[in-house]
Amino acid sequence: MDLLENLRLGFETALRPENILFAFIGVALGTAVGVLPGIGPTATIALLLPLTFGFAEPVTSIIMLSGIYYGAQYGGSTTAILINVPGESSSAVTAIDGHEMARRGRAGPALATAAIGSFVAGTVGTLVVVLFAPPLAEVALSFGSAEYFSLVVLGLVTSIALASGSTLKALAMILLGLLFGTVGQDLYTGTPRFTFGVFELYSGINFVSVAVGIFGIAEILRNLEDVKRRTMLVKAVKGLWLTREEMRRIVAPILRGTALGSVLGILPGGGHILASFGSYSLEKRVSRNPGEFGHGAIEGVAGPESANNAAAQTSFIPLLTLGIPAHPVMALLLGAFIIHGIQPGPNVIVEEPALFWGLIVSMFVGNVLLIILNLPLIGVWVKMLGIPYRILFPAIIAFACIGTFSINFNAIDVYAIAFFGLLGYFLVKLGCEPAPLLLGFILGPLLEEHLRRAMIIARGDPTVFLTRGISLALLIVAALALVVAVLPAIRKKREVVFAEEDEA
Amino acid sequence: MTIRAALKDILAGSAFILFGVAFAAIALTYEVGSTLEMGPGYFPLALGGILALIGILIIAKGFIGGEGAPIGHIPWRSIALLTAAILFFGFTVRGLGLVPALLVTVALAGFSEPRAGVVWPIVISIGLTVLSVLIFVVALQLRLPLLGTWLPL
Repeated sequence: MDLLENLRLGFETALRPENILFAFIGVALGTAVGVLPGIGPTATIALLLPLTFGFAEPVTSIIMLSGIYYGAQYGGSTTAILINVPGESSSAVTAIDGHEMARRGRAGPALATAAIGSFVAGTVGTLVVVLFAPPLAEVALSFGSAEYFSLVVLGLVTSIALASGSTLKALAMILLGLLFGTVGQDLYTGTPRFTFGVFELYSGINFVSVAVGIFGIAEILRNLEDVKRRTMLVKAVKGLWLTREEMRRIVAPILRGTALGSVLGILPGGGHILASFGSYSLEKRVSRNPGEFGHGAIEGVAGPESANNAAAQTSFIPLLTLGIPAHPVMALLLGAFIIHGIQPGPNVIVEEPALFWGLIVSMFVGNVLLIILNLPLIGVWVKMLGIPYRILFPAIIAFACIGTFSINFNAIDVYAIAFFGLLGYFLVKLGCEPAPLLLGFILGPLLEEHLRRAMIIARGDPTVFLTRGISLALLIVAALALVVAVLPAIRKKREVVFAEEDEA
Repeated sequence: MTIRAALKDILAGSAFILFGVAFAAIALTYEVGSTLEMGPGYFPLALGGILALIGILIIAKGFIGGEGAPIGHIPWRSIALLTAAILFFGFTVRGLGLVPALLVTVALAGFSEPRAGVVWPIVISIGLTVLSVLIFVVALQLRLPLLGTWLPL
């Protein structure tokens, strides 16, 4: 009853012409950056964020930015299948069997499988958001500062557990991010911190600069290390149709992948990457001829592609219900909410029902648009792969500079891109991952605010985090996640999984 | 383990120690306060301290069982040119205006590609500047001056 009423409001909002238009622009842009290797959804959303300030309705801007994110999940598979380079990190697994299929002249069916799997998973994932977000938000309404502090800690810790590489380094990156997050005026006393007398820094380091720097610029520098020639299998795209036999083979993997992805997506810290790896090994295990995997098994495309798209949708749940971003893209959306004067969290459903339900329904709309964009129009995206990198990366630099400058008309923001680009590049070179730093940077102010408030309320008694039930439970889960990340057996398995990603 | 095998961890650890100590030291100049009433210095001081500690652990771990993988080639020329490109834009976009700033920035970025010729970056720079003006100034109506006040026009 209630749900139907809410969905009606959602459809009313999402089906307004301007919202359909911007959902379309979002998913088209998302597909484009997903297809192009070297620029991902994180940098794109960061760049386009300032351009959406002028939109009359916050919901329109959020719909477009969200579309970029889940659109990129679709586009990434195209690149993975055709040139064996994951256009986007979670499609690394798709490259293993998808590219093998393309080499055997089955590129069309591989692309179709990816698109169909993504569509089913995206739609089901959105349904999961519809069903689970509202009750979770209700629970979150009872959260005090102690709970929020523990929740942020959990989010940060899980982002380590899911990161590849050294746990210690991921931890250090989070702390560094938290520290950069303290730059600017202190929330409680107004004291300027780490501003070195630069007035522009009083409001903190611009998070667009940080995101563009450590994801966009650092990535460009890595690509400039050696400019490789790509072998493209564009000519292999002939018919898209699957045979009856192939149709039969992809049904179960799509359903399993969707289920796995929906669950893992809710985890903070990049569940979609884990979901696609998890689905791949699951399919390999249940398959009657596992030897086929790695040599063009269609199940190896169907499962992981479904898993990462389902996870992409359900990763909206922690943002919409708790105000805690699951990964850097969600952190940017959090920023978008705040810029429009909306504090993401359990209150969004009650205070901004049109935005909440409009956004969710727009995901159904977006998924329909995406399957149209990715099946009949696949040829357009394949052509885009022909754009040489030497044109692409100066364009990214130009848009990064203009986009960032136009937020506040502030040169410091532009200098910050260069600083974080260099920092990101060298730290990645030394085996540190950028995602935990950005997550720490965004969550830092939240963590400090709730820590200080909780301490004032509890009269300086630090055991408050352990004596309140929900807070204790969250911290226990965080501790478990950390233990799991450090356990040697699981570490090894993780390394194997991520080593596969590096090879792909 | 030799220094060579632990090099990555030593450098990463040192960077974290440096940042941790720097943040903590500056945080000490602010009011630290107590656990009950934390001052502006409390949170960064604690975090900076922990970061420095983790930096030490990373170095120690590097000596016990470092990854050993080589750091690999670092494209210094590209890094310098790309950094210069971004800084130039920030420094001159007001004074020179969008068009001249962007022309130089994009050309510098173009030249940062290892095998860039002389002609290509200039062609790309002109093309992208025209495109950017069309997108940002004409279509999106950003109020960026095309030519700035430094120019005697």
